[in-house]
Amino acid sequence: MSPDTEVTSRQPIVTVDGLNLHYGAAHALKDISLTVARNQVTAFIGPSGCGKSTLLRCLNRMNDLIDSVAISGSIKLDGQEITGNATDVISLRRRVGMVFQQSNPFPKSIYENIVYGLRIAGVKDKALLDETVEKCLKGAAIWDEVKDRLHESALGLSGGQAQRICIARAIATNPEVILMDEPCSALDPLSTLKIEELIDELKERYTIVIVTHNMQQAARVSDATAFFYLGELIEMGETKKIFTNPEKKQTEDYITGRFG
Amino acid sequence: MKNYFKRGEPMVLVSGATLAVILFMTLTLMAVILGNSLGYFWVKGLVRLQLSDGSLVMGQLTDTEHHALTGAERLQLKVGNRDLYVQDFRWVDHSEITGRDIPEDAYLLERREHGNFFGFLKELKDLNGAPVAADHTSLLKLHREVLKQKDGLATIKSEMSRLNQASERLRLKILKLEYRDAAGNATDIARLTEQRDQLTVRFDELLEQLNQSQAVINQASSVFSDASGTTKELALQELVRIYQPNRMSVVAKSAAYLVKIKELLLDDPRESNTEGGLFPAIFGTVMMVLLMSVFSLPFGVIAAIYLREYAKEGRLVQLVRIAVNNLAGVPSIVYGVFGLGFFVYGIGGSLDKLFFPERLPTPVFGTGGILWASLTLALLTVPVVIVATEESLASIPKGIREGSLALGATKFQTLTRVLLPMATPGIMTGLVLSMARAVGEVAPLMMVGVVKLAPTLPFDGQFPFFHMDRKFMHLGFHIFDVGFQSPNVEAAKPMVYVTTLLLLLIVIAASSLAIRFRNQMRRKYTSSHF
Repeated sequence: MSPDTEVTSRQPIVTVDGLNLHYGAAHALKDISLTVARNQVTAFIGPSGCGKSTLLRCLNRMNDLIDSVAISGSIKLDGQEITGNATDVISLRRRVGMVFQQSNPFPKSIYENIVYGLRIAGVKDKALLDETVEKCLKGAAIWDEVKDRLHESALGLSGGQAQRICIARAIATNPEVILMDEPCSALDPLSTLKIEELIDELKERYTIVIVTHNMQQAARVSDATAFFYLGELIEMGETKKIFTNPEKKQTEDYITGRFG
Repeated sequence: MKNYFKRGEPMVLVSGATLAVILFMTLTLMAVILGNSLGYFWVKGLVRLQLSDGSLVMGQLTDTEHHALTGAERLQLKVGNRDLYVQDFRWVDHSEITGRDIPEDAYLLERREHGNFFGFLKELKDLNGAPVAADHTSLLKLHREVLKQKDGLATIKSEMSRLNQASERLRLKILKLEYRDAAGNATDIARLTEQRDQLTVRFDELLEQLNQSQAVINQASSVFSDASGTTKELALQELVRIYQPNRMSVVAKSAAYLVKIKELLLDDPRESNTEGGLFPAIFGTVMMVLLMSVFSLPFGVIAAIYLREYAKEGRLVQLVRIAVNNLAGVPSIVYGVFGLGFFVYGIGGSLDKLFFPERLPTPVFGTGGILWASLTLALLTVPVVIVATEESLASIPKGIREGSLALGATKFQTLTRVLLPMATPGIMTGLVLSMARAVGEVAPLMMVGVVKLAPTLPFDGQFPFFHMDRKFMHLGFHIFDVGFQSPNVEAAKPMVYVTTLLLLLIVIAASSLAIRFRNQMRRKYTSSHF
């Protein structure tokens, strides 16, 4: 599948070329090639089991945690190849942050959660840590709600707040790309709205790739959309075009809800 | 009716009943132990019986029995005075008793040797050997003075002990030099030998001084007679405590009770472990459990981390897991034999050959000691810690692990900064279980370093402070020893219960501390309050 060139009017930051992934014998991703443009929100949509989360996890090498995975093909971040044994996975994960479906704040204080990424990188300067905490919590639009209880446990937050803390935690390492794996699926509509607004603000500084099975969300939030089905990239293009005038029949069937 | 069974009600009742039975058994156990042990230190009154053959017997009433068929009653009296009579407990048939009274001026004397003495004061001599009025106040005053003088000797004794230790160190040094090269080190050897001789001279001087002072103190003596009139001279310095039990009020008896409890916890044992305190045994037990935890906890946690996080799932890991689980089922005496063969003779013997060859055939590490005992028990309890750690690591939600890794942490950082702190409650559970198991195991200890009576503690003021090669005393072994290997069974019975109670209390205290810590950790890592 050739990438849709209209979307790459901006500089690409992630380039996937001929990516194949096997879970043991199952061929989960079939010859994927696409580009993700800078400072945009790119959405991966498709029915369950189509491989969108798997592809997302390839972008920060999280699939390494699963033993039976075999990958071939190329993924380039900013021109640098990230598959293969030579890659420094640790620094890759600092440049490509991730927010998960189920929010997972550590059982530490809110402050410690945010600075976790910095501490493991070796940062000890308290002034820098304090500054980062404030900056990230403001960037995640949750500063006002938690500024008085930074040193209380992060487990005492509501679902929406916890997810925003996770987002703040992810941006603390100053990544270039933020991957979001169905970030709102466990949240109520009000929290979902807040996070969608947040995504809109964040895209000015970061590139965001979001996996969602909620088509309306994809339509609201993203600039570019890629539709996957059974491990193949069916179509990718500008969101407006995909949702109003898709080229492939399969895409149209999915958008109109003929299959889910 | 069928509905009743279908709903599962009977099972609820059965499980409730089973729980009740278990609780009942536990409470009964506690009641039996408490009942038999707490009464031991209460000062019992003395009763004097006149028997049908005209003799007088005085002692403490300890037991009554009814003959199953005839209904006849007989009383057990503790008559003491082990050096006068053959046995210090005696049964008296109720039918033999013609008279019974409670003499007010009867004395109960706790002695350093030969157990308690029950009798009446006849004569009293002071420190100069001159006779004094034989009444209660003079007796107590003289006793206090004698004890004060004895305490004064303590400085001489400690100085002698210090000289002794220094002399021993010199002897070992000389031995080492001789072993290495007797001819070549002749000058050093001669010098050290001369130093040693000087110490011996000083020691002898002090010993002479001590003996003289002792002789003076010994002059203060008393003559007591028992119920039938037989007299016995007792030097005041061999009396530990003097009571007139029939004159003591409840308050006085309570005070005496507390004093005896203090003695139990802080003093050394006397009279073949049937009297006196349990301090060395308590110390040995606690130190051994601590040492064992120091060995088993890091070992177990690290092994569990390797098994769960780093090892590739496969045949080898399966085998290791099976082996670890089976280790927990091996009888403890087998561990004792293994400890003896591997640690004591194997490693200990090698250590001796390498580092202390001059002292052979006297073993240093090649014999039982607290180090080998702790290591053997650590082996015994490591499976428990491994299983507990693995379980607690497995119960941490996957999301936490992924979240940490996604932020750029290495596996090791994730472990140390997030996973291990969260697993701490589970590890504490493992620690509690391992301590509870280890404290009760006596069989392996008997083979690797526990003794009936240890002259020194494994931790004291002289360098190198922790003496890992020393043998030690242990409460569990104490129970066995006092109960089965004691020359005086009747005297030993209450001591067995007391030691059991003490052991139970230590286990409960240690477990409670660990459980408290675990609950704090649990609250910190699973709830929203720190």
